[in-house]
Formats: sequence, structure tokens, C-alpha cells
Amino acid sequence: MKASAGGYARARDLSHALDLLADADGMGRVLAGGQSLIAAMNMRLSTGDMLVDISRISDLSGVSVQGRRLRIGALTRHAELGRDALIARHAPLLAQAVNHIAHAAIRNRGTIGGALAHADPAAEFPACVLALDAVLHLEGPEGSREVRAEDFFVDVFETAIAEGEILTAISMPLAEPDEVQMLKEVARRSGDYALAGLCFVRRAGGVRLSVLGAGSTPLLARAAMARLDMEDIGGAVAALRGELNPPSDTQATAAYRRHIAGVLLRRIWEEIGGESA
Amino acid sequence: MSDVFRNKVDITLTVNGEEVEARVPAGRHLIDFLRLDLGLTGAHASCEHGVCGACTVKVDGDAVRGCLMLAAQADGAEVWTIEGMSDTGAIRDLQDAFVTRNALQCGFCTPGMLVACEELLTRDALPERDEIRDYLSGNYCRCTGYEAIVDAVEDVAKARRGLT
Repeated sequence: MKASAGGYARARDLSHALDLLADADGMGRVLAGGQSLIAAMNMRLSTGDMLVDISRISDLSGVSVQGRRLRIGALTRHAELGRDALIARHAPLLAQAVNHIAHAAIRNRGTIGGALAHADPAAEFPACVLALDAVLHLEGPEGSREVRAEDFFVDVFETAIAEGEILTAISMPLAEPDEVQMLKEVARRSGDYALAGLCFVRRAGGVRLSVLGAGSTPLLARAAMARLDMEDIGGAVAALRGELNPPSDTQATAAYRRHIAGVLLRRIWEEIGGESA
Repeated sequence: MSDVFRNKVDITLTVNGEEVEARVPAGRHLIDFLRLDLGLTGAHASCEHGVCGACTVKVDGDAVRGCLMLAAQADGAEVWTIEGMSDTGAIRDLQDAFVTRNALQCGFCTPGMLVACEELLTRDALPERDEIRDYLSGNYCRCTGYEAIVDAVEDVAKARRGLT
């Protein structure tokens, strides 16, 4: 079908974008790469939006190291993340994720901030930032604030971003020298949404494990993490299956998704040289 | 309602090397603009939610979905469609290989397929068959079963490297 937009305005800079959102009487919708929003508009799942196009705000794009943290502008495109040397070195999980996201032409336009603000529980980046213990940087009429990834995802397509706020950047600790970051997922076809997927991070402070496609938000699998910290893979798999609440749909049953999650965790564990049990 | 939000947006862009000025509805996506307003009907509008790849065109050097970008967002952009890419001869070898290898039947997917294939060959000079398949996973073809398309891309990759 054809999109139905209420109106369109192109933001010159961040403060202009915030003014435009404030002017939109609650109908404002931030347009970045548009790879989910315009699809939703075409399907008339979203109509009458007052589009605030932020895609030309150049200082919201790019990757940099600031002190001991990696900072990613919200408008950095998936394809850019996939070939960025700083990402490859300091947050390789994100580079792995890029290969799983949709198709090349979508990765050329889609932005990481857009994917996070959209908060599709089956998408890769929300689960990645959860596993990486990232912080999301928001800018609003009242100024800026930071939200930890753990507090950011509220429900399906729902986040902690308040009315009138814009997600401007994501930051996370630099990967430690011997840190392990690994993403594994199962999808029926290349580019499809995963039936289930895991983001695994092991750093000095312990293991962080998040799950995508297994509930209404990306899930931090705390019970499994505790078991993994004890090197108990059997217990971790059982705990993981217990703490998931995945959907049953035409793609897979909930039981099958739980099964896949456990299989993926065992594969990760074997790949990083852990003892199997 | 604020008057800064426009129902119609003025845009200036380059399409196939020619400057175009237009006033487009805010919700008009790029593929409809190209097809209905400019008469460039090579790329097709099909699923209109980014799945099938039939609308794939080149914007500022990247293959993008024409249905997932608003014409309003193309202000200042350089757009190439299959018409322009054919006229310049930029992908003549790829088009010839599609014919030689029988990589099309009805041709509906072919304009988008060629844009995607060309991008693959500029990013990876000698892709493996698996990589070709993976890259083209976002372009549906309901006729060929893809085997012949992979053959064609592989032939061109080798020929461009002087391996045949």
C-alpha cells in the first residue's frame, strides 16, 4: 500500500529537531533511516505522522572512542558499523549483528538509533546493547539524560524515550583485551528475523547473555548468566529455557524457540572452549 | 498545527545524471516518484515493505529500497535507475551475462537484481557462490530458482578479474 504521512519537516540540527517534535502536537515521529517506519507507514500501521527527518544531522553519525568508552552516533548506518574499524575492535558483537540484519540494501539505510528506538524484540541491536551493558543517550526539551539498556526496553516497540525526546547516541565500555563477544541465531532464511538468537559477552566482571526473539523485549538472561559464571553449562541451558517466554507463531512454537536458545548457548560455549556437561 | 510541516515537499535531485526539480507529497515513496512522476518504470513497486527487492535503485552510490525511502528524503541525492545504468553501459557485461545464462524469465525482479548484483561486485570482486546467494537474499525471483543468476554473477566476477 501507500504511505500516509501527516506532514514532513527536515531538521537542520538537533535543537531544530526538538523544536519540530514539540510543534507536532503529539503526532511527531522521528524519521531516521526509515527502514522500519516507512514499511509501517506503507502498511498503514502508522498514519498521519508528522515526520521529523533527522537523517541530515551529521553530528549524530559516526563512531568514536571517548576515554574508556565507545560512542556511536544514533544515525550511524548498519553498513557503516559493519565496516568500521573501531566497532570491529571495541564492540565486535555489533559487527557480527550487522551480518544478520535484513538485507544489504536495508543495511545501507537503516540506523542503529532507529533500530533501538523501534525496539523490535526480534531485532539484533536491542539484544546487543543489552549484552554490552550500553547506555542510551537521550536529548529532550528538558536537556539530556542517559538510560541504561536494561531500563530502556519497556515492551514490544516501546522504550523509555519520552514524548519529545530523541535518541542521539549509544555508548558502551571498550571491549577488554580478552573479552569474548559472540552472536548466534537461527533464522529460516538469510535476512529473516531470527526464531531465537543469543548475544554472549564474557568480560572480567562476568558473563552477560541476552536473548532476541524470545519475548516482548530483548531479555537479559540473569539466571543463565549466574550459572555460566560458575562454568555450569548444563545448569545455564536449563536456566535459560526456564526464563524465556517466547511467542508461538507460524514460524515456530514457543517450545521450539526455547530449545533453539539452549542449543545456541551450547554451541557458543563449545566454540569458546568451555567444558561441556 | 505548525506550518513547518509540509504536505508537499520541494526537492531537487539528480536522476540518471539529469537534474530534476519536483514537488512531491510528503508520503510519496521514492519508487512511486521515479515510476509515476518521472516515468522511469524499470524498477518495480511490488511488496512495498522492503522484502522483495524489486524496487532496488542506487542512491548516492548505495543500493537502497525505493519503497522504504521517501522522495522527500532524496532532496540533493544522486539517484540511478536501471534506465540510466543501461544507457551508460556501466553494467553491460552483467546484463549480457544474465541473457547468456538465462538468469531471467519474466524480468520483473531483474532491474532490482542487477542493482544488487552490481553493488556486490563492487564491494567484493570475487565472491563465492554462497556469498552471492547471501547477498541476493533480499531480491526475490519467482522464475529462475536463482541458480542461473548466481552463475551469471560468478561469470562476471571472473571475467572482470581476467580469470576466464
